[in-house]
Amino acid sequence: MKGSDQLVALALCFLTVSLLAFGGANAVIPEMHRQAVDVAHWMTDRQFVSLYALAQAAPGPNVMVVTLIGWHVAGLEGALVATAAMMLPSVTLTFLVFRLWTYFRHRRWLETIQNGLTPVTVGLVSSSAFLLAKTSDHGMLAFLLTASTAALTYWTRVNPLWVFGVAACLGGFGLL
Amino acid sequence: MFLSFTLVAAMGFGGVLPWARRMIVERRRWLTESEFLDLLALCQFLPGPNVCNLSIAVGARFRGVKGSAAAFLGITFLPFVIVIILGALYESYGDRPGVTGALLGVSASAAGMILAMAARIAQPLLSRRPGEALPVMILVFAAVALLNLPLLWVIAGAIPLSIGISWWRRG
Repeated sequence: MKGSDQLVALALCFLTVSLLAFGGANAVIPEMHRQAVDVAHWMTDRQFVSLYALAQAAPGPNVMVVTLIGWHVAGLEGALVATAAMMLPSVTLTFLVFRLWTYFRHRRWLETIQNGLTPVTVGLVSSSAFLLAKTSDHGMLAFLLTASTAALTYWTRVNPLWVFGVAACLGGFGLL
Repeated sequence: MFLSFTLVAAMGFGGVLPWARRMIVERRRWLTESEFLDLLALCQFLPGPNVCNLSIAVGARFRGVKGSAAAFLGITFLPFVIVIILGALYESYGDRPGVTGALLGVSASAAGMILAMAARIAQPLLSRRPGEALPVMILVFAAVALLNLPLLWVIAGAIPLSIGISWWRRG
């Protein structure tokens, strides 16, 4: 029953990641990488980064990398299980907290919690950037691509699709 | 609601949030700008994929559970089908040098985009209270990026610590 073992492993992995994703999907890339590559040995470093890039290039929320990990491990069932496990806990929590939110929105203690969560989110999101850069930047040009995308996104409102398009062409012609 | 969120998902290359705002605030006028920002704050405050949380909150605001389900399925169904198709293509063509190269380019570029995102989140807090925020940011970064520690430990340690600091230095 290897197949169902894989499904259980996928479910357990993403059920926890879901509730730890402070800052959204982009905060948990290192954890997904750790689970998929180091712990479960579902894929190599390069495969992980490729699946991540595939999800980024596709339309829709970037959490869809989870779907691709599930698909890679156990086909369509894997994709469904991984996606459901990643979504259900956090989405249920949002639904439950939503009603309370209107009451508590302007309380002082809520602001205190938010001020405490934000630096954690920044640490997590920058770790994600570091992991992706570490795995994909093998040369000077790739490093420059990372740096210039960071500058463009921070200081301008350019559509990321154009940047990804240029990046894919550079990489596709073997320049990176 | 399902169709509107499907449309948002279909247009959201590299980030759905700006499209969600355009649809919810400008086109459908489901929420005013400030109501939208308020719900967005909730979704960024809670764990989990932000845009999916947002679909749940917007849906719940208008039609309860049914609204949430419709909006959530709208934001996830089409992207799910698309990535499965891409995943299947990747299984067949993923080892061609052109494909691996292109994906490497996208991920190098995505790293930069995420770095800018971290900087944007950090910027207001760093200008208001750098002394409290910066040590926590560095600590979390070191634990996750450099030491590769399990996220559960990092969260269990960092969140009480950081909220503790923020409570102690409040007001």
